[in-house]
Amino acid sequence: MDASLAVLLTIVTAATPLLLAAIGELVVERSGVLNLGVEGMMVMGAVAGFGAAFLTGNPYVGVIAAIIAGMAMALLFGLLTLTLVSNQVATGLSLTLLGLGLSGLLGESFVGEPGARLPKYFGVDMLIPFSFILTAAVAYVLFRTKAGLIIRAVGDSHNSAHALGYRVIWVRYLCVLFGGGCAGLAGGYLSLVYTPQWVENMTAGRGWIALALVVFASWMPWRLVAGAYLFGAISILSFVGQTRAWDIPTQFMNSLPYLGTILALVVISANRRLTRMNAPASLGQAFVPDR
Amino acid sequence: MPLVLEKRAERSTRMALLSPVLAILLTVITGAIIFALRGIDPLHGLYVYFIEPLTQLWSLQQLIVKATPLVLIGVGLAVCYTANVWNIGAEGQLTAGAILGGMIPVLFPEWQSPLTLLAMLILGIAGGMAYAAIPAVLKTRFSANEILTSLMLVYVARLLLDWLVRGPWRDPQGFNFPKTITFSDWQLLPMLWGSVHAGALFAVLAAVILAFVMGRMLKGFEIRVSGSAPRAGRFAGFSRPRTVLFCFLLSGGLAGLAGITEVASVVGQLQPQISPDYGFAAIIVAFLGRLNPLGVLVAGLMLAVSYLGGEAAQVSLGLSDRIAKVFQGILLFFILGCDTLILYRFRWLKTQVSATAAQPAE
Amino acid sequence: MTDEIGKDHLLEALHIVKIFGNLRANDDVSLYVRPGEIHALLGENGAGKSTLVKIIYGALQPTSGELRWQGAPVTIPSPAAARKLGIGMVFQHFSLFEALTVAENIALALPGVFDIATLSKRISSISKDYGLPLEPSATVGDLSVGERQRIEIIRCLLQEPKLLIMDEPTAVLTPQEADQLFLVLERLAKEGCSILYISHRLEEVKRLCQSATILRMGKVVACVDPRKETAASLARLMVGGDIHIVRPKAKPKSGKPRLTLDRLSLAQDGHFGVALRDVSLNVAGGEVVAIAGVAGNGQSELFDAVSGEKLLKRNEALLIDGKPCGRRGITARRKMGAAFVPEERLGHGAVPGFRLSENVILTRYASDKDLTRSGTIGRDAALAVSERVIKSFDVRKGKPDPEARALSGGNLQKFVVGRELDRNPAVLIVNQPTWGVDAGAAATIRQALVDLARAGSAILVISQDLDEIFEIADRIAVISRGQLSQARPASELTREKIGLLMAGEHEVREERHAARA
Repeated sequence: MDASLAVLLTIVTAATPLLLAAIGELVVERSGVLNLGVEGMMVMGAVAGFGAAFLTGNPYVGVIAAIIAGMAMALLFGLLTLTLVSNQVATGLSLTLLGLGLSGLLGESFVGEPGARLPKYFGVDMLIPFSFILTAAVAYVLFRTKAGLIIRAVGDSHNSAHALGYRVIWVRYLCVLFGGGCAGLAGGYLSLVYTPQWVENMTAGRGWIALALVVFASWMPWRLVAGAYLFGAISILSFVGQTRAWDIPTQFMNSLPYLGTILALVVISANRRLTRMNAPASLGQAFVPDR
Repeated sequence: MPLVLEKRAERSTRMALLSPVLAILLTVITGAIIFALRGIDPLHGLYVYFIEPLTQLWSLQQLIVKATPLVLIGVGLAVCYTANVWNIGAEGQLTAGAILGGMIPVLFPEWQSPLTLLAMLILGIAGGMAYAAIPAVLKTRFSANEILTSLMLVYVARLLLDWLVRGPWRDPQGFNFPKTITFSDWQLLPMLWGSVHAGALFAVLAAVILAFVMGRMLKGFEIRVSGSAPRAGRFAGFSRPRTVLFCFLLSGGLAGLAGITEVASVVGQLQPQISPDYGFAAIIVAFLGRLNPLGVLVAGLMLAVSYLGGEAAQVSLGLSDRIAKVFQGILLFFILGCDTLILYRFRWLKTQVSATAAQPAE
Repeated sequence: MTDEIGKDHLLEALHIVKIFGNLRANDDVSLYVRPGEIHALLGENGAGKSTLVKIIYGALQPTSGELRWQGAPVTIPSPAAARKLGIGMVFQHFSLFEALTVAENIALALPGVFDIATLSKRISSISKDYGLPLEPSATVGDLSVGERQRIEIIRCLLQEPKLLIMDEPTAVLTPQEADQLFLVLERLAKEGCSILYISHRLEEVKRLCQSATILRMGKVVACVDPRKETAASLARLMVGGDIHIVRPKAKPKSGKPRLTLDRLSLAQDGHFGVALRDVSLNVAGGEVVAIAGVAGNGQSELFDAVSGEKLLKRNEALLIDGKPCGRRGITARRKMGAAFVPEERLGHGAVPGFRLSENVILTRYASDKDLTRSGTIGRDAALAVSERVIKSFDVRKGKPDPEARALSGGNLQKFVVGRELDRNPAVLIVNQPTWGVDAGAAATIRQALVDLARAGSAILVISQDLDEIFEIADRIAVISRGQLSQARPASELTREKIGLLMAGEHEVREERHAARA
């Protein structure tokens, strides 16, 4: 295969899980909720997806399991932050810690086992075009439908939305569950397509990078695609470096995505006009309605 | 929904004390269920996990050893979170402290004097502070979210350590293992009692000093105001950027100290894995301790039990020691859930107006 | 009271009771509104007007009582149900979404098919028709307060309401904008729409309304025809006694200026901020100077600039007792003898979760010697100050040293103002001293401000309440779009003149520049 085509394909496969997780979190944050547990939901999706596929021999079952696992974690998050009004930052963190721990425990018996890989169609992994379709769908719903308008309104001012009679908590639950499903799917992609096996903590911080991507994209779906592919390109540098036998330590190349994330955050946050204008105004704030 | 949340007029001090107790109770119950599901007698499992570590002298010492880094980092994080400064990268600052402090014995293996240890400790603190300064400055100068930046730096620090111990700092006589030379004599912390090393003293001192600062000093007042009402903080003349920097440097320094004390005692050298995620477990310790330095002291010991319990469960019950992490995660969840009751109470929504005949107007 | 049985009412609220925790916000309240009538709901802050009206609009459910619409009993479980009945409401605090456009904001309040294009056309035509011009594609965050109110009104009008509830609509309008609003309301009433008009402004109510229900402390105390009453009799019914009027003041001696603003300028902060341009003002010891203005014209920015939360470019732009301090922070200014009371008491003036004694430390740790000793907090000293303030200003509270948010608005405001007055500051700057505060507390605060002035301090009051300004101010200046008019003696100004200044200050300024040239 042509080398540059291989590079391009690798960028796409690296970007896809980021895009899947980030588009879900974008919807969540648009509704005013900050879910820092993306890494936890993603890794649970990875272990559930792998495990289900391994046990049933059917990778499609794995995909379903991954989505459900992500949604289950998201439901837990929702119960704490939406119904019990707990601190969103702390709860998101605990979701990640729990997810990492639980997935490590559940995945113990799967380490080293060969995976069931999702088959390609026309030489392409179906989740890749799906990620684009999902992005387009989110963009359409958010900006051209009443449902999307309601989501954006809830994220802008939950008090005003409540005063107008909208069920803020319900809207947020739905968004949080959607985000969980996306994160779970992204995890499933990792363990069923990207490297069809289970390794503890195989998400390696991608969930956090997805969170940074949402900020980097100023909460706009199509900019998310640009960001995800930018990061795909950065992650590939280490791969390219090794094949070209550059004399740079692998650890340094492996740290590029993380350093890149920091740089991207700095650049986008320094432009405060951009972030202040687009960030959903009630992001992260607790909501308890008057009855 | 017939049951709704209603904000309390004042913080309930009773619930503030009860909440962690309730959370622990719920965690223990969940633990019993997990054991039962795995075919283990719940009571026996709970005994092995939570009680047995407390029954023997050597394990009590191990408890203190494990609690030391948790408390050192936890008190720093407690101060941070009180100020609403979300330092999530303590694990990275711990690593940075270990690297900078550990540099001395690696580069000057022959230097054996009391000053060696002192230099290691000072550099350890400095390393943690310097590493924590990065997300602090990025936040104050560029408004970059400190959760993401400090966390990304954890991965970077670990990769840096990995490269050092596999590359330039690898022990040439080490049979190609990715480790540095082992530290010796003045490069190690003195022992206090059995396996308990001097780091435990640092932890207790840090907790007591910070408890005083947070409770009685203007600095503590500033931190509390800055976290709960930032606008009031500005009105009082407190500078938010300064507070952010202070919190990061403090917690970073303590995390760095935790890193160098671990490396100069329990681990005894630099290697890729120097901490079983103490920097993250310390987050749980901070919350369990109600963000109060003395509470963190107690909470650190409790969480240390969960580490020991995990090891014991592995030996006696054949359970994976990964169960410790799961318990810790579940505990944090319950803490956050039970904390709701401090600020809110549940109330039954009364049934609605009935459309009966109207009363005559007056 | 007039006998209402048998009349043809549009809306009847019968024996409404609403309890929040320990508070009886509405205690056996009954209200009757006829079709095409403009009905006032009068009462001071905290009387229960907003609660009653939220119940009528379905945003709250009554603890007990009945609602009747056109004679038939109804329950109104949500605002959507209220809108279906034909009830529209314009809130005092707008339910708008700043990041969305005018059309999107309105679409969110309308049921049915989602079609922004058609909606935008309807908005344009109806807004032009009623004299409330609006651009459907404008982002709400960019609009002025008066324009935002138009969105709320048009949002209601598009649903062809039979009853329009307006909650303190003129609080945010200039006198001229208020007149424009009254024209709209009178036209609506003539077209058959009833208006339920909530206010505590008696002159307006006398001018506009045919009947008035008066609430005090959650109960109905009277139901009258305001056209037949005087402002004084209405006020007496509202407050339950004679209102305390600020004691007539002695003529201020013209002392040296203790607070000077000299061509103070501040760049616009962020997208929605207001820039301050060449603001100049002198406040002498012994006098109260008020800055009048409708919200959103730079009051907060001016307060931040004077208090020190925002530093100025030139040190000489601000002088306290003749000493420049424009580049010095708030703590330095406090040490120079200045004291500040911000607009927002919870979260800015006081920390909600902190006890009152701790809130004393908030602003006085640097200026009071015994509140901090070598870095440690003097808890006993703070408690002593707190108790002194509570006593002098009659702050009502439950426990001995409660958290700030446990206090009612009026009591907390008394504490926050009292905390600063207790220091006998040389200069006091206060922003909206009696916003959201009951009449009793408001009177206490205003009297305290005047007393402090007569004792020799310089007081600067920023307020949106013209009644208050005329009651306490010796001189009045008007802020409009970040620029300040010249301060003139209160006796030389009328509401109309102030209204003109609010709208056209820069025109006057241009005249002056032309004259100088």
